Amino acid sequence: MTEASPLAYLDEFRDSPRIKELLARLRERRGGPFKIMEVCGTHTMAISRHGIRQAMPDDITLLSGPGCPVCVTSNSDIDTFIEIAASPGVIAASFGDMLRVPGTRMGLAEARSGGADVRIVYSPLDALTMARENPGNAVVFFGVGFETTAPTVAATLLEAAATGVDNFFVHSVHKLVPPALAALCAMPDLAIDAFLCPGHVTAIIGPEAYEPVARDFGIPSVIAGFEPLDIMLSLNMIAAQVDEARAEVELQYTRGVRPGGNPAAMDLMNRVFQPRDTEWRGLGVIPGSGLSIREEFAAHDAVRRFEVDVSYSREPKGCICGQILTGLKTPRDCRLFRKACSPDHPVGPCMVSSEGTCAAYFQYEA
Amino acid sequence: MCLAVPAKIIELDNQMATVEVGGLTREASTVLLPDAGIGDYVLIHAGFAISVVDEGAARETIRLFDEMTDGAGADD
Ligand code: SF4
Repeated sequence: MTEASPLAYLDEFRDSPRIKELLARLRERRGGPFKIMEVCGTHTMAISRHGIRQAMPDDITLLSGPGCPVCVTSNSDIDTFIEIAASPGVIAASFGDMLRVPGTRMGLAEARSGGADVRIVYSPLDALTMARENPGNAVVFFGVGFETTAPTVAATLLEAAATGVDNFFVHSVHKLVPPALAALCAMPDLAIDAFLCPGHVTAIIGPEAYEPVARDFGIPSVIAGFEPLDIMLSLNMIAAQVDEARAEVELQYTRGVRPGGNPAAMDLMNRVFQPRDTEWRGLGVIPGSGLSIREEFAAHDAVRRFEVDVSYSREPKGCICGQILTGLKTPRDCRLFRKACSPDHPVGPCMVSSEGTCAAYFQYEA
Repeated sequence: MCLAVPAKIIELDNQMATVEVGGLTREASTVLLPDAGIGDYVLIHAGFAISVVDEGAARETIRLFDEMTDGAGADD
């Protein structure tokens, strides 16, 4: 080995003869048909971009799952943030993906055109800096994301509390992946045979977090990296489990994920947040699947500080994002797809997000 | 949204790292990865290092692949 950098292997993870070889192995297998759900939106994008979905043999179906945080955020949570953003003296800070998602009455971008101070941040730390620089304003960060993101928000909130930045608030709609997978498994009309599990969520929570799903529902779970070779290797690992009637948690993404995950990140997340029941678009309310801010940090909790009424919230008419997020339908089943709904005029969040299933199909799976 | 990019830590001061990504440098917190050190490759998500990228494991994945396929895809 000449190069000591793990990045030196990147070319090999994108190497197409290797990928073709793995595809050929899937085509040669003689097991029965099965369906794999790719849980993570980043996987959905990679699978669409590299043509992996269409390249699958007829007996293997790849379905997209609920792993796009922007997409699973309910309209009432979005409307709440928009109402807060429109409150006097507020600077609303959000990851960029959220801006063009349509709420019930308007999206964040429209709220900004209407005069609200909405700013895109790359890190929650940027929002904390804004709070320090604007002591006369309340800076409210929209805490959207799974276990990958929640620890970064927790660390930021702890820093705000420790340094007395009392004009920094978080609207936490963070969600947890394992309870959603269990909810999916329990859905009677869904026939998922295996999960392709998210690499970066698992870097935090550890592969062990999927053991209950594998054990209780007999569903194989393979934690995959994001390069085409990672995905193809993982699909072969799943096929082997299905053919051998095993249901285990296996880790393909060994270079990014350690057994046990990241305990320091989990500690910070658990110090700041506690589990709560929360609503997912398409999945409804799932027990213990969300994160609310603990009483100790109530002073930084946006929903305790701002009282808003979003009783008008409803889901966009004609949009079937909810069924797409649960693998029951694909974008092609939506009558608005490519007609009334496109990336320029998105009707639902799955068309907006850079990892939304409708956006992925629109761009790559014509 | 769970995108994370691999980067190399080139400076580290009180849990704020300077990291190099594709020739550019930026700041990232190592609060979530207290054992990270200078020279480590880490995954950066939302301004935080969340995991160390393991070189040995990367090499092992490639080796495993070549073993599975008898090296069929390796050289052509
Ligand atoms: S195509 Fe548009 S309207 Fe249809 S499900 Fe997707 S986001 Fe919703």
